[in-house]
Amino acid sequence: MTTTDSMPTPTPASAPPEPVRSARALARARKRQSAARFWREYRRHKGGMWGLAGLILIALVALAAPQLVGADSESVTEASGGALESPSGEFPLGTDQFGRSVLALLVWGARVSLTVGLLAAFLCVAIGTVVGIVAGHFRGWYSTVLMRVTDWFLVMPTLVLAVALASVMDRSLWTIIIAIGVTTWPTTARLVRAQTLAVESRPYIERARALGGGHGHVMLRHVLPNVMPLVLAQTTLAISGAILSEATLAFLGLGDPTITSWGSMLQDARAAGAVSAGDWWYLAPPGIAIALVALAFTLCGRAIESVLNPKLGVAR
Amino acid sequence: MTADSTPALVQQADAATDGPPAGPSAARGPRARNTKAYLQYVAAKIAGAVVSLFAVLVTSFFLFRLIPSDPVKQMTGGRPVSAEQLESLRHQLGLDQPMWQQFTSYIGDALTGDFGASFAYHAPVMDKIVEKLPATLLLTGTAYVLYSLIGIWLGTRTAWRNGSAGDRFNTALALTLYSVPSFWLGLLLIIVFSVGVGPIPGMFPTGGMTSGDTSGFGYVIDVAHHMVLPVITLVAVGYAQTLLVMRSSLLDEMGSDYLTTARAKGLRDDVVRRKHAVPNAMLPTFTLMFVNLGHVVAGQILVETVFSWPGLGSLFYQGLSTPDLPLVQGLFFVFATAVILANTLADVLYPLLDPRVGR
Repeated sequence: MTTTDSMPTPTPASAPPEPVRSARALARARKRQSAARFWREYRRHKGGMWGLAGLILIALVALAAPQLVGADSESVTEASGGALESPSGEFPLGTDQFGRSVLALLVWGARVSLTVGLLAAFLCVAIGTVVGIVAGHFRGWYSTVLMRVTDWFLVMPTLVLAVALASVMDRSLWTIIIAIGVTTWPTTARLVRAQTLAVESRPYIERARALGGGHGHVMLRHVLPNVMPLVLAQTTLAISGAILSEATLAFLGLGDPTITSWGSMLQDARAAGAVSAGDWWYLAPPGIAIALVALAFTLCGRAIESVLNPKLGVAR
Repeated sequence: MTADSTPALVQQADAATDGPPAGPSAARGPRARNTKAYLQYVAAKIAGAVVSLFAVLVTSFFLFRLIPSDPVKQMTGGRPVSAEQLESLRHQLGLDQPMWQQFTSYIGDALTGDFGASFAYHAPVMDKIVEKLPATLLLTGTAYVLYSLIGIWLGTRTAWRNGSAGDRFNTALALTLYSVPSFWLGLLLIIVFSVGVGPIPGMFPTGGMTSGDTSGFGYVIDVAHHMVLPVITLVAVGYAQTLLVMRSSLLDEMGSDYLTTARAKGLRDDVVRRKHAVPNAMLPTFTLMFVNLGHVVAGQILVETVFSWPGLGSLFYQGLSTPDLPLVQGLFFVFATAVILANTLADVLYPLLDPRVGR
């Protein structure tokens, strides 16, 4: 674990001798150093670099969607092709049942899938981190109650709970984000709690308390920075899970019917009879896109994990 | 993947600390003390499971009450019904009672295994679940055994030849398949092997469990034929997790001194692996297998739906789209119960396998 403020960082030999530096400048320099150290380690993981490259590419495509395929490509009325055409020069991935280009839909769908993936993962990790730190910091009955609640969420069948939540609320993108975030946080909470317990047993926490640091100070200034690397790895892994869950919920018809996502494309394809007609060009691309993005995030997450904990032995 | 497997492991670590400490009983031998401590530990775990079960029951009541739908309207299905008839139907279903009364009677009935009658099937929910359970157990059970075995086998091989071309290929393949949405893989397999693409003829049925009135041995062959594609889908998506956990726990063991000792004794490489390394590395995989076992009953809602497999997953999907409140409630409870029971079983058995835990 890269601890930013517990380990004494050796001053690099090349640094100019500066006898007096403010505490803030010291802290900044240490943060810079540990970030550089992290990146040096991360670069050695081939899978992680592939994942990162893939993510940058997909993010660029999603951001440039209006320029790449045109803003009106989602419109049903202004579709230019025939229904369910197979791939051709004009439509490299064929068309859907409304004559829209599958490639254009795929590019637009990237925005939705990435947005939902990122926001749902953020929600999941935020809840997990708060619950984990609080449950690890405080002793006594409320810690017990929090962990009971966590355990209870852990045994609930995640998909079933998410499906139930999504069918209870309005059909919108936020519903999907909340349904995924609210059902997947217990994993993070348990990991963060374990890490919090480890951090709080260190002497410098006792020192901070002795100097009059309150609960808030200890949790925010000492525990949080030390669980952040773990949280980062968890977030990356949670994103790929969230993208898969989004596809699942949209495929079950619980998503916003007016928004094109990769999951809703698959649902449309199935509803249009693409399966029995053998229209592989309509079905294959969204699934491949989901798999590639999920794989890219997983590769990054595993690389981060193994930088933080070299014992994991992830293939380089 | 690691993200999913860690909670179970963390849980195990917690189990060790949660367990009651062995009390000072100098009069009895260490063995008796251990047995007593273990029984206390088991009792605590079972008590925890009972609490969880009750919490699940309460959740299932409130969660599905929130679905904005009028069951009576659903049942009458737009047919012209008089207000009196609606009222009597409401009374019959107990929907005219106050919430807390509905709640107490729901809990009371559920404790005797009665989840009411399904709106869509007009039959007791439990009968419906019991009727569909064997199909789910057959499909997901077969897939479970296969992907656990494949995952353990490949995980052992890749870790033992860590860094080789085979290791890199298998790990990459597993990670890729793990990122694939299961229902999409199912649809693709249907297109390629049931409908047929290009030169590939459609050689497997598109869905269901049987294709006609066969009996005896022909029936068994028919069901097996229908199972091929869904089982391939489940195994392809499922084995990665076991592989990765097995691989990383074996890699953890591989630096250990006892393996060097075993080699120094002159044992052959595969004996060192089979008799010394693998049994120790099995422990985290064992936990994961129990977590997965709970999900065998919950089935695979999407894979079952895609292949029209007549199991609990399809039933749940139908119940949600109707919506059939009692059916969904009952299924939710059964799914969660299976997970709780499997986890409790893992907690109870784990100290017997790993003496460091729970004593």
